[in-house]
Amino acid sequence: MFEIFGIPSGALFGQLLIGLINGSFYALLSLGLAVIFGMLNIINFSHGAQYMMGAFAAYLMLKYSGLGYWPALIIAPLVVGLTGVIVERVFLQWLYKLDHLYGLLLTFGLALIIEGVARNQLGSAGLPYVVPDALRGGQNLGFMFLPNYRAWVIVASLAVCISTWFVIERTRLGAYLRAATENPTLVRAFGINVPVMITLTYGFGVALAAFAGVMAAPIYNVSPQMGSELIIVVFAVVVIGGMGSILGAIVTGFGLGIIEGLTKVFFPEASNTVIFVIMAIVLLVRPAGLFGRRA
Amino acid sequence: MMKKTLGLTALAAMLLCGAANAQQVNVKIGVLSDMSSLYADIGGPGSVAAAKLAIADFTKDHPNVKVEMISGDHQNKPDVGSQIANQWFDVDKVDMIIDVPNSGVALAVSEIAKQKNKLFIVSGAAASTLTGNKCNANTVHWTYDTWMLANGTGKAMVKTGGDTWFFLTADYAFGHALEADTTGVVEKNGGKVVGKVRVPLNTNDFSSFLLQAQSSKAKVIGLANAGGDTINSIKQSAEFGIVKGGQKLAGLLVFSSDVNALGLATAQGLSLTETWYWDQNDANRAWTKRWTAERNAANKYPTMIHAGVYAGILHYLKARVALGAGEHDGKSVTDKMKSMPTDDILFGKGTIRADGRKIHPAYLYEVKAPGQSKYPGDFYTLKATIPADEAFRPLKDGDCSLVKG
Repeated sequence: MFEIFGIPSGALFGQLLIGLINGSFYALLSLGLAVIFGMLNIINFSHGAQYMMGAFAAYLMLKYSGLGYWPALIIAPLVVGLTGVIVERVFLQWLYKLDHLYGLLLTFGLALIIEGVARNQLGSAGLPYVVPDALRGGQNLGFMFLPNYRAWVIVASLAVCISTWFVIERTRLGAYLRAATENPTLVRAFGINVPVMITLTYGFGVALAAFAGVMAAPIYNVSPQMGSELIIVVFAVVVIGGMGSILGAIVTGFGLGIIEGLTKVFFPEASNTVIFVIMAIVLLVRPAGLFGRRA
Repeated sequence: MMKKTLGLTALAAMLLCGAANAQQVNVKIGVLSDMSSLYADIGGPGSVAAAKLAIADFTKDHPNVKVEMISGDHQNKPDVGSQIANQWFDVDKVDMIIDVPNSGVALAVSEIAKQKNKLFIVSGAAASTLTGNKCNANTVHWTYDTWMLANGTGKAMVKTGGDTWFFLTADYAFGHALEADTTGVVEKNGGKVVGKVRVPLNTNDFSSFLLQAQSSKAKVIGLANAGGDTINSIKQSAEFGIVKGGQKLAGLLVFSSDVNALGLATAQGLSLTETWYWDQNDANRAWTKRWTAERNAANKYPTMIHAGVYAGILHYLKARVALGAGEHDGKSVTDKMKSMPTDDILFGKGTIRADGRKIHPAYLYEVKAPGQSKYPGDFYTLKATIPADEAFRPLKDGDCSLVKG
């Protein structure tokens, strides 16, 4: 087996694959953020908390009603998405006309409250959640052992990302949505119920976060702070990709996962800083992000 | 009118008490912990509950002692912790700070206690340097430390054939200390360290590091981390089939709260060392009942850190009362604590050494399989007891200036 920069190629391929898996989570989460920012102009700081809510919902469903992973994968995003709809109706809808800062502060406050309540009720150490039976075990790929669950994460995340991109960029519904963000008054004049569309969009973005949360529950520690640890990285991903760019969020999500994975091999100590270094460089060279349009 | 009379009565009562108790002792204790992040269940509000129990138990027998307690959140940041410690010692007139999980913060607070000649009892932090080359005359290290963890778990693993090691190390003071101490134990017992990787604190995904550990072909993967990091690394190594592939995991610092979070199905078979376990004997169980009532949270079991906070405060108050009323600086109280033998319901009889190290036995446990666990919280089987004189680093090996002098 040949070596690249002193690292056996097998190990390197393994790390690339691992990076891709982590990138799946970044992509799923930044996709939700990008959809919400692109359509509502709200910087959704409670995204991490909503991701955590997804994982907690899966845990609670298992504990109290015996519903396992598969039902949770559908029901948890619906339930958490519904809370998103309520948040949009009660709070966010009043903020669209104001500065970004207000939406940011509101959602940040919500995140702190949600995390605080979760910590108070369920503690900070975390809760057990096991990998579903059907996805136990793994495949030996020769250069690495790939757990079946991780393979599923890549497939599911890619499927969700591509279909979301397709709906927003290539369908009539997506066209309405994009038009509504550009000029809501005009779109309403055509008889389209814009407020309902916006509400559902926020609900969908939140549901995406919860979906990622359920996906994460079997492999990451299910704890109140699981979202806040991830969300800062995800924000960096969105900024690098270009705020509000759907494709940008997906591509940078996977890309940065890979770069982070490689950093874990060559210089592990820097692995949680590398994304921010890239963010700083990108902002210097392209202030609107890699895929962003200049405002 | 009524109010006035009441006020006067209270005043008179206060004056009377003051006259009756010339030996009135006033102390103020600060519980500094991680209240809101990854170590909040091993210390945090549970430590405050333990402190309340200790104060209640002591003042019941010593009505002339008035103990005030405040608590704070250091957020795992040495700068925040230092700022709180400074404020408590200078402005709030706190006499003693206790707990402080996170060795980075604890080392900072220890230095402040020394500068201001106050007292610091460590229960939450693990770095053995606190009583080693960073020791001082104002710090007592109560519950456990990295040397003791390494010695307990490390030795047991090497003796059962795990003679090549790969470390996943949390990249800060505690992880480095734990890694260094375990390396010492492994090499002393004829084993070899074949590799290590330094992982940033609060890492979500360990799969990259686990792959490196897997390809190192080491027989044992030593987890020199704590809290959420330990949970994530154990959970994900199960996923990557590390144990099935023949490698063993050594959880160098695993708390009962971590086992609770992992679930027995994932954690079973894991060896770990602790100095206190809630289900060890009747005294511990009785205390746990009181702690649970005070803590008022479902599904929580006290950790050895909570027990250490309780026992540490009791011994501190005993020493403080022995010195009598008036002002006493941190060093003289620490010296008194060292000169008195310790005795409490949770750790039994023990001593505090010249370097500030509290000495008591340690226990090697194994996590039960789900089938063996009979009731909630029934986590461990006791594998071995390490006697007090072997559990901690020998006094002469610590490189502590208090010992040389």
